Amino acid sequence: MTYQPQKDFGTPASGSNDLVTCTIDGRHVTVPAGTSVMRAAAEQGTSIPKLCATDNMKSFGSCRLCLVEIDGRRGTPASCTTPVEPGMVVHTQTPHLQKLRKGVMELYISDHPLDCLTCAANGDCELQDQAGAVGLRDVRYEVQSTHLGQEKDHSNPYFDFDPSKCIACSRCIRACDEVQGTLALTMEGRGWDSKISAGLASDNFLGSECVSCGACVQACPTATLVEKKVVEIGTPERSVVTTCAYCGVGCTFRAEMRGEQLVRMVPYKDGKANRGHSCVKGRFAWGYAQHKERILKPMIRKSINDPWREVEWDEAFAYTASELKRISDSYGRHALGGITSSRCTNEETFLVQKLVRAGFGNNNVDTCARVCHSPTGYGLKTTFGTSAGTQDFDSVEECDVILIIGANPTDGHPVFASRMKRRLRGQDGRPPAKLIVIDPRRTDIVRSPHIEAEHHLPLRPGTNVAVLTAMAHVIVSEGLANEAFIKERCDWDEYRHWAEFVTQPRNSPESLQPVTLVDAEELRAAARLYATGGNGAIYYGLGVTEHSQGSSTVMAIANLAMATGNIGKRGVGVNPLRGQNNVQGACDMGSFPHELSGYRHISDGDARKLFESDWGVALDPEPGLRIPNMLDAAVDGVFKGLYVQGEDILHSDPNTKHVSAGLAAMECVIVHDLFLNETANYAHIFLPGSTFLEKNGTFTNAERRIQPVRKVMTPLNGLEDWEVTQRLAQAMGLDWNYTHPSEIMDEIARLTPTFAGVSFSRLDEEGSLQWPVNDAAPDGSPIMHVDGFVRGRGKFVVTDYVPTDEKTGPRFPLLLTTGRILSHYNVGAQTRRTENVAWHPEDLLEIHPVDAEDRGIKSGDWVKLASRAGETTLRATVTDRVAPGVVYTTFHHAVTQANVVTTDYSDWATNCPEYKVTAVQISPSNGPTDWQEEYEALSERARRIATEVPAE
Amino acid sequence: MKIRISDDALAIACGADTVARAFIQAGAEVERVSSWGMHWLEPLVDVDGTGYANVTADQVRAIMAGTTESIGSIAEHPFITRQSRLTFARAGKTRPTSLDDYYASEGWLGLAKAQAIGAEATIETVLASGLRGRGGAGFPAGIKWKTVASAQAATKYIVCNADEGDSATFADRMVMEGDPFMLIEGMAIAGFAVGAQKGYVYIRSEYPHAIAKMETAIAACAHLIAPFIVEVRVGAGAYVCGEETSLLNSLEGKRGEVRAKPPLPALEGLFGKPTVVNNVLTLAAIPWILTHGGEAYASYGMGRSKGTMPVQLAGNVKHGGLFEIGFGITLGELVNDIGGGTDSGRPVRCVQVGGPLGAYIPPSRFDLPFDYEAFAAADALIGHAGITVFDDTVDMAQMARFAMEFCAVESCGKCTPCRLGSTRGVETLDQIIAGKNVEANLALLADLSETMKFGSLCALGGFTPYPVMSAITHFPEDFR
Repeated sequence: MTYQPQKDFGTPASGSNDLVTCTIDGRHVTVPAGTSVMRAAAEQGTSIPKLCATDNMKSFGSCRLCLVEIDGRRGTPASCTTPVEPGMVVHTQTPHLQKLRKGVMELYISDHPLDCLTCAANGDCELQDQAGAVGLRDVRYEVQSTHLGQEKDHSNPYFDFDPSKCIACSRCIRACDEVQGTLALTMEGRGWDSKISAGLASDNFLGSECVSCGACVQACPTATLVEKKVVEIGTPERSVVTTCAYCGVGCTFRAEMRGEQLVRMVPYKDGKANRGHSCVKGRFAWGYAQHKERILKPMIRKSINDPWREVEWDEAFAYTASELKRISDSYGRHALGGITSSRCTNEETFLVQKLVRAGFGNNNVDTCARVCHSPTGYGLKTTFGTSAGTQDFDSVEECDVILIIGANPTDGHPVFASRMKRRLRGQDGRPPAKLIVIDPRRTDIVRSPHIEAEHHLPLRPGTNVAVLTAMAHVIVSEGLANEAFIKERCDWDEYRHWAEFVTQPRNSPESLQPVTLVDAEELRAAARLYATGGNGAIYYGLGVTEHSQGSSTVMAIANLAMATGNIGKRGVGVNPLRGQNNVQGACDMGSFPHELSGYRHISDGDARKLFESDWGVALDPEPGLRIPNMLDAAVDGVFKGLYVQGEDILHSDPNTKHVSAGLAAMECVIVHDLFLNETANYAHIFLPGSTFLEKNGTFTNAERRIQPVRKVMTPLNGLEDWEVTQRLAQAMGLDWNYTHPSEIMDEIARLTPTFAGVSFSRLDEEGSLQWPVNDAAPDGSPIMHVDGFVRGRGKFVVTDYVPTDEKTGPRFPLLLTTGRILSHYNVGAQTRRTENVAWHPEDLLEIHPVDAEDRGIKSGDWVKLASRAGETTLRATVTDRVAPGVVYTTFHHAVTQANVVTTDYSDWATNCPEYKVTAVQISPSNGPTDWQEEYEALSERARRIATEVPAE
Repeated sequence: MKIRISDDALAIACGADTVARAFIQAGAEVERVSSWGMHWLEPLVDVDGTGYANVTADQVRAIMAGTTESIGSIAEHPFITRQSRLTFARAGKTRPTSLDDYYASEGWLGLAKAQAIGAEATIETVLASGLRGRGGAGFPAGIKWKTVASAQAATKYIVCNADEGDSATFADRMVMEGDPFMLIEGMAIAGFAVGAQKGYVYIRSEYPHAIAKMETAIAACAHLIAPFIVEVRVGAGAYVCGEETSLLNSLEGKRGEVRAKPPLPALEGLFGKPTVVNNVLTLAAIPWILTHGGEAYASYGMGRSKGTMPVQLAGNVKHGGLFEIGFGITLGELVNDIGGGTDSGRPVRCVQVGGPLGAYIPPSRFDLPFDYEAFAAADALIGHAGITVFDDTVDMAQMARFAMEFCAVESCGKCTPCRLGSTRGVETLDQIIAGKNVEANLALLADLSETMKFGSLCALGGFTPYPVMSAITHFPEDFR
């Protein structure tokens, strides 16, 4: 199809159930009460000229192009700000209106550069379109003063700001205020001097509070704010709707293309996760897809000390299959394993685990969820019966109290954070939802424009369970539990047992205050608010799961939600904010060593039989090895071959030295990735991967929403990732003949009851589906546990607080906790290869002024970060965002390798590493550590690619 | 001997403080009272009811000795006797911040009456009075109150618009400086009637005396209006903040930018709550209406313009000042009979009624009665009832240019016709004044005026065409 922007109805849809009929240009139109005349007209196909109105923000009424005449009313009201009324008779085009619109347009054009032919927005400019629509033919003014010739602001790496083209419609400001919620933009001056300003007059876009979400660029009706790529390439000529490959929010985008060249990613208004919004990563940070460091040809080598040798695909597959066979023959089939990727599609993930189970002949398959949300799966399955969050994102609009624990949504899940912030600012005349934040750091959402948390509980890292148990203590002992709900839906005896436990005096906020460092009164107030404030929803992230008691914390959260009846309807629930785009999907697809797709245990004979008959092989009934077990087994010399698709375990997994030792002990490490990542330094076979732009498939986001990923360009490496896995399987002798990922989804649906109703054609029709999709829920399940818990009765689990073994002491007196930043994603393999480095060129260590003072450290100083596991150096930033005794850093940059410092401690139930608590010491430093220097040298050696020696 | 001297800002500007000090030094007892509103006589000294005009300090001893000429009884001055002073009944007579004086002159009777008859009957009384908004729009106050009263909300507000920025206007200032309790009482009655808990008085920063008097008065009577609370907020110098929605934004601490209506402020006003936004004169008329009844007020005026209007005479006029009179008096009576023609003694060429956005009216139309509908029919507006008088030396092309320039300076910049149109208007008038393509440019100016009049978001851009087009219509010779 040729390029067309998405239809713009001018003003947001009205949520009213009452219908109103009016007459517009002689035609009757029936719309919900509260709909603007402009939108009602648009719905019947009449486009009233407009410039300041757009349908993702409130009407503003400034451009004065959309004036209409209404019988019985004086003057010419603006159609964007006038709601329809029953029986209203509207005329959108009369000689009087025509003259007024021309008059307004003549004013606009009298102050606009007439360089349309060379303008970046030529053909995609609303001013240009509307000038045509109103029939302006002449500008009669003898113009003396204009706003032309002003200096452009090129500071943002992704878009330009040209004030000379600005028509002062304020759409950018309103987008920043209403859609993104950063409120970075403002109008400076008044009247003729009105000028859009990013922050203070002294700021440019890069230096301002702008988070580069792109909402303003999308909102701009002219070329004032325009993507640099559009300036460079030109306007797109077609578009494909697809799903973002960054975080677990799963934003829908239109990939707008010219030929095979991606011009821009524009958030899709009908995307149910993002509702037309985006963040800097999804909107702009896709340059890695064409980055020069991308590897496009397969490579092999005997030893990691050799340089890589480029080979053709056939040779690569044959060699790989022979190596795997050799290892299996010499060390037994249990010496092999695979790791599926939360970055790849459901279909690709399914194939990798199928390759391991059916091809390698064991269950040694694991996924990166191991190191992030495995406790979520365990905890929610145990308590509710389903390994997933309970709500859709829309549910946040109905919240009265939002409790965020161990999550930093404005950095980690920015688009959902914007939706959450909208609710927290109050909208549609409803009072704002109240906010409780439980986090060792004062994250941005604790206090940001028009938002202030009612309670921030800055707990000591590692004491989540104690804090949640203390909250339960308050709720139960003060009689705030919803006993009717519990009696109806949960196991009453288990509840009583749990209630008896939490009400013990040792679990009171006062008793636990010395452990948690949370003020008991503040904690009591927060507990009362959550229990009595109306619809209470809990949103959590890796600050909950990545602990030695990660699974316990998830269950403690579930206990709180059940005890207060906050499950089974809109506005409530337990909502894990999933880290990676398809971490939910990877778990759903049977990536864990003990589970088949749909969370059925491998020891379940019926389930296994289903797969065995479909695949025509016998499956091992014993669970296989988890990632840490594989590494341990490698060090022990019994695990020899690993196929890693799309995950950089050396960078992302804890205790880097142990990971490298494990990898170094293997004989065949196969890395299937876009880049020579850190793990590839230890690899023997490199299979180039394809980006999300180059393949078909599906991702499943944090709301269990299965969304299509569509191929918008040919894979630069020649094969989609699922094809690579299939070709490898074929080389190993497996009879796989998929011709399209839709056939893989058909197999998933056939073998997985919760996916029974899912197919590519269904997804094309619906846009997306939230599992379970089956006979019981043919259109999917936005909210879970509506009529009762999936497991039958909700299970209360006693969660006793057990302190972690990782303890501070004289040598390591501080607690390190790690996290993410807005502009980077996970190990940074993608975002470090984009212009996002403009915001965050290096990992920084946050340290409290008191701790910094004690050590003579100033902001910007190099410091050594040391733990029992290892040490690295990075620069410090002194801030009271962290409490005394706590330090914080990110792990986006390979030169820092924060995971050199993290330890092997992990969740008792799932082995999810304890990234969030490491005892450390900080000291001034003047250079890289020995480890950093050695690793740098190793990387340089390991990344050599042999150049062909020409024949004599 | 009781000596009264006004402490109104205009009297002070004319030297009233110096004169008062001189009386005190001479051993006299001086009471500082509100102004009678006869500005051309200030400093006006009231000695036991007898007036001495344009007094200077060196005349003090002579006045005390009774050896200088007086203007006779002030209360019987023809400028005063011709008026129907309802709102300005206390002008010149009471000490502005004296609760005793206020009590002694029918003070708080209106609030007591309202409380006695109840909220609903209070609104009925206001409806019966026919009182229309005195800020310019002339919207019936009772209907606005009724809308706010019937809105369902826990929090409601009364906002008094005291951002009096029009040329030739000073009535709001005189109320606040001369009779602040009356305004506070009016607000308290409004609050009682509609169920509002809090009132804000938004006063322009250029009125320091009014701000001080209002704050003193609010502190003095807080116990009398409780639980209703009144608070003063000071503007920051933007004319457009006299526009009600812009004023609300400014009160909220936001940029003083006009809001589109709907939603009406009566339903979604200050901080999104139902809000009565009334001008000072509207609220100041309320205590009298409650005390004397709606019908008594409605017996003044003509047609649909009920009650009295404090007309303000200024500019090049002989007898400038405040003249409160029932609607219906003609413009000619006001300018020539009461105002006494121009101060310069030259013939009157025109007047501008309703501030910088009001139409220019030539003497040939001085038969126009002061009435909202009659003015509207003549493409003119009463606005805040300020009349600026010009003699025959005025250049109407420059005045038309000034109107556009004023709009350009004061535009909030939100809507296009006002933001860009005003500057283009100035440029086009410059062309006309320079004699370039006059006919084409006049046609362009007429089109621009139509765009601004019908296209602008608020009255700033919407009314700027009035002075421009009236100048062209009535004084074409100045443009060609």
